[in-house]
Amino acid sequence: METTIDKKYTFKDFSSDQEVRWCPGCDDYVILRAMQKALPEIGVNKEDVVFISGIGCSSRFPYYMDTYGMHSIHGRAPAIASGVKLANPNLSVWVITGDGDAMAIGGNHFIHVLRRNLDLNIILFNNEIYGLTKGQFSPTSLVGQKTKSSPYGNTQPPFSPGELAIGAQARFFARIGGNTPKEMTQLFIESEKFKGTSLIEVLQNCPIFNDGCYSGVTDKAVRADKQLYVEHGKPMIFGKERNKGLVLNRLKLEVVTIGENGVTQEDLLVHNANEQDPTLHQMLVRLQNPTVTGIIRAYEDVTLEEREDALTAQVKANSNFSKVDDLLFSGETYKVD
Amino acid sequence: MLTSKTKQKPEILEAVIIRFVGDSGDGMQLTGTQFSDTSAMFGNDIATFPNYPAEIRAPQGSLYGVSGFQVHIGSVEISTPGDTVDLLVAMNPAGLKTNLQAVKPGHTIIVDTDSFTKKNLEKALYESNPLEDGSLENYRVIEVTMTSLTKETLKDVSGLDNKSITRSKNMFALGMVYWMYDRSTDYTINFFKEKFKKKPELIEANTKVLNAGYYFAETLELIPNAYTITPAKMNPGTYRIVMGNTATAWGFLAAAEKSGLELFLGSYPITPATDILHELVKHKHFGVKAFQAEDEIAGISSAIGASFAGDLALTTTSGPGLALKGEALGLAMMIELPLVVVNVQRGGPSTGLPTKTEQSDLLQALYGRNGESPVIVIAASTPANCFDYAYEAAKLTLEHMTPVILLTDGYIANGSAPWKIKTVADMPDIDNHVINEVTDTWHPYDRDDASLARNWAIPGTPGLEHRVGGLEKDRVSGNVSYVPENHEYMTNIRAEKIKRVQNYIPDIETEFIDKGDLLVIGWGGTYGSLHSAVKEMNDTGYDNIGFAHFNYINPLPKNTEEVLKSFKKIIVCELNNGQFAKVLKMNFDGYEFLQFNKIQGLPFGSNELIEKFKQFLK
Repeated sequence: METTIDKKYTFKDFSSDQEVRWCPGCDDYVILRAMQKALPEIGVNKEDVVFISGIGCSSRFPYYMDTYGMHSIHGRAPAIASGVKLANPNLSVWVITGDGDAMAIGGNHFIHVLRRNLDLNIILFNNEIYGLTKGQFSPTSLVGQKTKSSPYGNTQPPFSPGELAIGAQARFFARIGGNTPKEMTQLFIESEKFKGTSLIEVLQNCPIFNDGCYSGVTDKAVRADKQLYVEHGKPMIFGKERNKGLVLNRLKLEVVTIGENGVTQEDLLVHNANEQDPTLHQMLVRLQNPTVTGIIRAYEDVTLEEREDALTAQVKANSNFSKVDDLLFSGETYKVD
Repeated sequence: MLTSKTKQKPEILEAVIIRFVGDSGDGMQLTGTQFSDTSAMFGNDIATFPNYPAEIRAPQGSLYGVSGFQVHIGSVEISTPGDTVDLLVAMNPAGLKTNLQAVKPGHTIIVDTDSFTKKNLEKALYESNPLEDGSLENYRVIEVTMTSLTKETLKDVSGLDNKSITRSKNMFALGMVYWMYDRSTDYTINFFKEKFKKKPELIEANTKVLNAGYYFAETLELIPNAYTITPAKMNPGTYRIVMGNTATAWGFLAAAEKSGLELFLGSYPITPATDILHELVKHKHFGVKAFQAEDEIAGISSAIGASFAGDLALTTTSGPGLALKGEALGLAMMIELPLVVVNVQRGGPSTGLPTKTEQSDLLQALYGRNGESPVIVIAASTPANCFDYAYEAAKLTLEHMTPVILLTDGYIANGSAPWKIKTVADMPDIDNHVINEVTDTWHPYDRDDASLARNWAIPGTPGLEHRVGGLEKDRVSGNVSYVPENHEYMTNIRAEKIKRVQNYIPDIETEFIDKGDLLVIGWGGTYGSLHSAVKEMNDTGYDNIGFAHFNYINPLPKNTEEVLKSFKKIIVCELNNGQFAKVLKMNFDGYEFLQFNKIQGLPFGSNELIEKFKQFLK
């Protein structure tokens, strides 16, 4: 883990001198500021922070952070970040990616990084569209969605990032609306605290090519009724009146109203993010009305670097080799006089 | 050691070439390796050539399932496995059929007659039994009922199933060959003891069969006498036998230790490069981080990440994998980080001939990326010098802050040869451009005046926080820049950086003569074949032929044109369709580059080379 902090930072310490070039009104600005606010609170030395991104609008992110960073190639950020973390496990490593970058061209790296469980944080900016190439459907676009590459409507059914992630053994999955900076900052802090790969899906509005794609979920007016923000150990309650909640009816989640049909708060499901069995987490991810936000899954498991460290220590303890010369002269050698 | 009371004094030979062939499950690779290692321990110079199918266990008895191992041992300098063989050991009809053309008439063939069944003859597409129809009358054929003799030998050993019994017949063959060439069985018996530590019944069985073969040969009247090959004159020192891939892995271990950096390998299994991964994963005790990634792209990408974080980073692959790594390699070149890519070339294009050798990735290595993206390209030329060129690749990448592609090939990667062991202390120092001090004027793209290498600011260093990326960079600050003049400036400086590597690499030296009628040019893994062909001509009176072999491809050595000028004719020999010849044509105007190309998945043979050279000398 990161060494103890010896400096006090504010969000300004994490802002680079580069002019931010996203479109006006883009949620990316919200995410950037939430990150710049989260890092001082996380308590990590600035020189120990590394942002690795792929390609796409979101992937310009590292240029705006005054930390170490790499704007790499399309889809490969999880693999590059894995190399950074394996080379120096003391670093706080963040992957910045989008729905095209992570779900399409980088799908393979995305599932494998989750499976391995290195202590990395992945922020997935999901705007259900390709922005930087000016508006083609992405692997999270809806069926029927009209885009520049689907003028008559998209025919390819979408991935749900959380569903895919949990299927790929993700230990930490959180989801948050792109217009709720306070909660987002908190999730970034929690994700860094979590030991293992954390994935945060941000429902990010693209004001140019997919404006309003989440308005039915994230708009202030509907948010309370359309989102269930789960918290570990608390009942699954939502609604403007805080009178709606979730129960499990046979194998399905069901929305109930407290006070109707004899339902009380005690009947509601209590969120257990730490549960190893992902069944209920997967159901929460899939639920569409309400959309579940917050930390849906946070199951702590052994990390890859812990396994590697233990193995290395064991091999070192049992090895006769301390220098490369020991290896070169080991086994069958012979002398010529 | 077994001693023979009745044995006459063995006849002394200068060199001998033996080929063991059989089904891919017959253990021919093991048999060949044991014979060559034993001979090397005895003091012979050796060269080996494993030749096996891509299928792990091809259908028994089929022509395409034949696996072979050729070994050339000598009391003289040996630089190739040789063209034609003095002894062929054929464990089945398919092996005989596919390898007979390599046996010189009058020379010896040992066959396991038990395998010459109707079924196996049909599978090998023989219309009649070659042992009976007279088609082998120009050879000395030693017929041995090897399978039956092996079964007989093991009838009293308990704990063995039928399969294990039959499978040990290769040791019967090896025992015979040990007697014929006056070798001790000690090395192989020790090998059994080590390998089958936990299965004593297998130590007993294999030792028994090996000895049975040895005594059988001794008493067999068909073998008139034994031969011996006295130790070769080699430079004094401590030696071991190395395979090219092992030597490559060790070169990187040595470079990591010398440079004081940790070694990171990001890799995905691919024939014939995987043995480098196999070797490096063993060495966690040296702090090696070997990461088997989900694909070729993740292999190189993880290495780029490790390099960014301050490790000596490496990725290993073969042709198709290099194609997949192209974009990431361009990123490494653009962000000017150290990274070594090892490409163990195999027959291409596409999946091509995975287990066979070729040199057809040269242009891919030089140009297989988008944009103007030069990288350093070097090539190893023998199994043993894979160690030196792996080390050199690491040194160049760290000292010049640009990716290096190291080319080897299936032939030298799987071939083995004696190696006079070098210590890490014997190797040249390795510098790097790591920067620890913050100054007010520091910029990520500050360069070394002489080499143009940029500095290496590693995450974790306070005050040097900076961003890199694939977008074009401002020449000083490293910030994104779309300024037209800056792009041209940066393109040129990246090219100039590679060109200046010329100032740090050795001149090319010609062998035999440095001025004359014909210059033979080669590069990479063909060194042994070309050297021995030119040497043979030189030994037989051709004093007008010289030889220049290139290990540095990009940039080429500074004196290359001086060498070209000194000969009337130039012939470039390659296992491809003329890729290095193209490179030379592009770089040196006004020369005619004759070509000798072979694209059969096989190395050059001396005879075909000599024939060609003689034609061009006329």
